[in-house]
Order: sequence, then C-alpha cells, then structure tokens
Amino acid sequence: MNEASNQPIVTVSGLEKRFRALVVLDQIDFSMRADEAVGIVGPNGAGKTTFLSVLVGAHAPTSGTITFAGEDVTHLPAAERSRRGIIRTHQIPRPFGGMTVFENVFVAAANGGNFAREEAYERASESLRLCGMFHLANRRAETLGLLDRKRLELARALGTNPKLLLLDEIGGGLTDGEANELVGTIRELRHRGIAIVWIEHIVHILLQIADRLICMDAGRIIADGDPETVMKTPAVVEAYLGGSVE
Amino acid sequence: MSLDQTIRIERWTPLSRAAILIAALVLVLLAAGPLLFSNNAIDKLTTLFIYVMLAVCWNALAGYGGLVSVGQQAFFGLGAYAAVRLADAGLSVYPALVIAAVLVAIVSLPISAFMLRLKGGEFAIGMWVVAALCHLLVNLDSLVQGETGTSLIALNAYEADTRHALTYWVALGSMTAILAILFALLRSRVGSAIQAIRDNEEAAASVGVRVMSTKRIIFVFAAFGAALAGALWLATAITFQPKTYFGVQWTAYMIFMVLVGGLGTFEGAILGAVIFFVIEAWFGASGVWYLVGLGATALVFALFLPRGLWGWLERRYDLALLPLGYRVTIGGQPPSRERTPQGGPAAPAPTGNAG
Repeated sequence: MNEASNQPIVTVSGLEKRFRALVVLDQIDFSMRADEAVGIVGPNGAGKTTFLSVLVGAHAPTSGTITFAGEDVTHLPAAERSRRGIIRTHQIPRPFGGMTVFENVFVAAANGGNFAREEAYERASESLRLCGMFHLANRRAETLGLLDRKRLELARALGTNPKLLLLDEIGGGLTDGEANELVGTIRELRHRGIAIVWIEHIVHILLQIADRLICMDAGRIIADGDPETVMKTPAVVEAYLGGSVE
Repeated sequence: MSLDQTIRIERWTPLSRAAILIAALVLVLLAAGPLLFSNNAIDKLTTLFIYVMLAVCWNALAGYGGLVSVGQQAFFGLGAYAAVRLADAGLSVYPALVIAAVLVAIVSLPISAFMLRLKGGEFAIGMWVVAALCHLLVNLDSLVQGETGTSLIALNAYEADTRHALTYWVALGSMTAILAILFALLRSRVGSAIQAIRDNEEAAASVGVRVMSTKRIIFVFAAFGAALAGALWLATAITFQPKTYFGVQWTAYMIFMVLVGGLGTFEGAILGAVIFFVIEAWFGASGVWYLVGLGATALVFALFLPRGLWGWLERRYDLALLPLGYRVTIGGQPPSRERTPQGGPAAPAPTGNAG
C-alpha cells in the first residue's frame, strides 16, 4: 500500500440531511481510503441512497462537511464534484434516451472527465468495452433493456475517469451469471485504483468485492468494519435481517 | 479470426458530404436571387428565410434543449422594436437589424437567470408571461405610441428595388449564419451536453454537465435568432405595431414548423419551414379555413407521425444529411459482438473523422 492510498479519499463529518421534519441522515461520520471497496447494507428507508445523493451533490446536506481528496466539497454542485472524480450510478437507470450508447458515455467523458475530443473518444470506447457494451455503441439508449441500461450507467460513470465510484443497487434484477460478470467488471475497476462504495441488497455478490462493510439503519451507521464481523453483529442482524439467524 | 480492429468515430458520411455541397451550391444560387427573380419572388423567399430561422431556433431550444417555450414572440418583438429604436437614433438601418438582435441576446441573459430555473410547463407558460410583459413595456414607449405603432421610415431612403434586394441578402446571410453557427454548436460538446440535459437533467449534472450555463447558451442563441427574424420581418413589413410582433401566433408557427418537420432533427426544422411556407403560399388567402387546415395538419402529424416528417424518414431509412451525432465503426463496419475488441486493458485508440 503506497502513501497516497493511506490517505482518506473522502471524509464525512457530522452529516445530517432532513426533509422537513424527517431526519434521513443523522450525524454520519465516515471516512475511506482510495484503495478501499466499501459495501453498504441496511433495510429500506435506512438512508443509504440519500447518503450517496448527498455525497455526489444531488442533495445538499442540512449540516456537516464532506471532504474529497483534501478539498471541502460540501457546497459544490453535482457537476463540479463529478469533474473532481466523484460519480454515481442510479438505482433506476437514467440513460440519455435520445442519444446513442456511445454518445451517452462520450458526454460523460467530455464533461465529467474533462477529456479533449480524441481522448474522450478513447475513454468512451474503453469504458464500453470494459462493460461489455461496445457492440451496442450505435444503438439508441432508449431501446436498451434493463440489464444493458445498468451496464450503460456503469460505462457512463467510468467515462468520467472517476476516483470514487458510488454504485446504487447495480446488481438488482440480474441473474447469477450476469451478477458474476458484473463482479468481474467491478473487480477490474478496483485493480485500476478506483475507490468503490456499493449499496447492494444481494449480499453475496457485495461480499465478493467489499473489504469493509457498513450497515445503516434509520439514518445512522450502526456497524462498520470487516464484512464477516459486521454481518454477525446483533444490531445488524436485528435491523437488516429482522432477527437472529440460526 | 482476422479482424481489422481500427475503431473510428465517424461524423460525416458520403451522403452528408454531398448534402453539404449541394446546400452550398443552393446558397450560392440563392445569393444571385435579386439578379434573377422578380421583387415579388424575392419578398417570398425573404419570408421563407425568416421562417427557417424561426424554426431552427425554436427547434434548438425545444427539440435539442428540451426547453419548450410558447413565448419566443418576446424576442421576435423585441428584435423589431430595438431595430426601430436604433434606426430612430440615427444608426444605418441594415446594420441596425443585426445590432438589434445582439442587444436582445444581451437582454435575454438576465431573463435566462430566472426563467431557466423553471421546468417543463412552468417554463413554457413563464415565457408567455415574459412576452406579454415585453409587449406592455414596449407599448409605453412614446415613439411606439401604444398599439398605434410606428414605421421604419429610414428604409424610405432606399429605392424600392435596392431595398428588396438588400433585405433579401441580409435575410439570406442571417439564415446562413444561424444555420452554420447552430450546426457547429450542436456538433460541439455543447451539443451533446444540451441533449443530455434534455433527456435527464439530473443525470447530466451527475456526469459533469454544467446544466445552467449549457442551457443558457442555447436560450440566448434562440433569443438572438428570434430577434434577428423579428428585425428582418420589420424590414419587409416596414410598419411596427406591437400586437403584430408580440402575438403568440409567431410561436404557434414555430411549433407547427418543427412538429411537422421533425422535433429534434436539424433537417426537420428546415423542412417544416418549407412546408409551412408552401401551405401559406397556397392557402394563406383562404381566411379562417387556412387556420383550420394548419390545425388539422398539426393534429394529423401529432397522431400519426409524432416524430415529424424528417424524424420518420430518419428512423425508417437511417437518413442523416446533416449529422450531429457520432457513429462508431470498426474496420469500416458497425461494431458487433464479433467485432468487439477483446483482451488487454485498453481498446485500440479510436480516431475521429473531421470532428
């Protein structure tokens, strides 16, 4: 492990998000290194997706600070955070339907990635190949099925040359074979030095990637550490699985 | 497997190159119009050029930017008004037409600051309100005298034939410039960014698109185009009555041309303008039945050809005379599973062709 990867790539302090009286994130403190892959589990309504939304700037926090690569990004809009290397995929894919698959990724590379035109071409092609979508490059995104839309979300995120990739239930709805393929792709991203935060309900695929696991409940982090240990924590079993598992 | 894995990003096709060449030749021929055609034909063509400008600018805003406005008559009217004012201040009349459009583009900047915060129907209706406000404010000007209006009397300094020809050339030059600038803009990274915003604004922001500044570029451009069209209309009509220029019928015409031609297609807006021009030329004297016909045509297209005439042709025959997008090929062929580069951490570096 080099010195850079020892430094936290993202640090969150006292993060709170309220929607009127509803507290969705409650004093979250979180930090991760650039070489980590962090899994997030928790019951529906725990605040997982909101946490990702606040990290990427889609929602402004009510209070607290977010530091990314040593810079306070708490008040930066989503586009500026993306240009600094924080990118997410959406739980329900949001393709640019009127554009082709290639154009979807190109626009990410040219804007979020800040690549010049030829470099953006290269980046987009590489991202599509990595996600197994190159053969669909000229297809209009609105004609894709669910699986390919999810792949496109990932390819588009990679187009921005991210340092921190936030995945929101990207494995949902996939067959075992497709999920294994996805795990292979995400493992490749780890090898390329991209820090990963992955919300996933399909725990067995998450555990193939995550070397650290967080469990959230009611807007708080209730467990954080080695995945095996976290999954056996009584509070996690109670909150996530609804009781002890024999 | 023997495979040429040279990835290319193509932006032109042989057909599109031929189309550009033909378009250039047509423009050269049109430039000689005043030497070849009667004043009546010159006036009609001037009207067509103005319609093309209105259609492509509204299409840029709504078809590419997703910003459906029913208030573009605000800029059309302001363009004409600014030209009247500049000419009254002593500026030479033809430069005044262009400078008026530049001034309106500048005025559209602060308008964009609050209007672009509105979405969907709120933006559409909000723009109509802006148009109504502009109309009222212009009515307050003592030069205009309410709905009495005024005239671009500076045009009387020109002999009739010269005036017809000059107005024609300025309109042709303006249309060519608008088309060229818009084509270049939509082929640039701004073009792909604005289409991403149209399809999903939040997702566009999440991949680094600066949403507000990108939308502002297209908003100001559309305002400039509408203002230039308004100023040119004034040069053909000479008289300026606010209710004529600030009427919502102008935006209705823009919507008609773009819906019939093909929303979100560059060629479609031009085709729509030509169709509207022909319908008006043939049926414009039919009074209320002309308007009924226009409405019925729009309805038929909305029901049976929702992508418009060019949109249908484009999908049916994969036709693109003025392509804005990016087409990936490997070894000259579209990519397929067999033609996907395999192995190694990086795909072969793609190369672009002319942009």
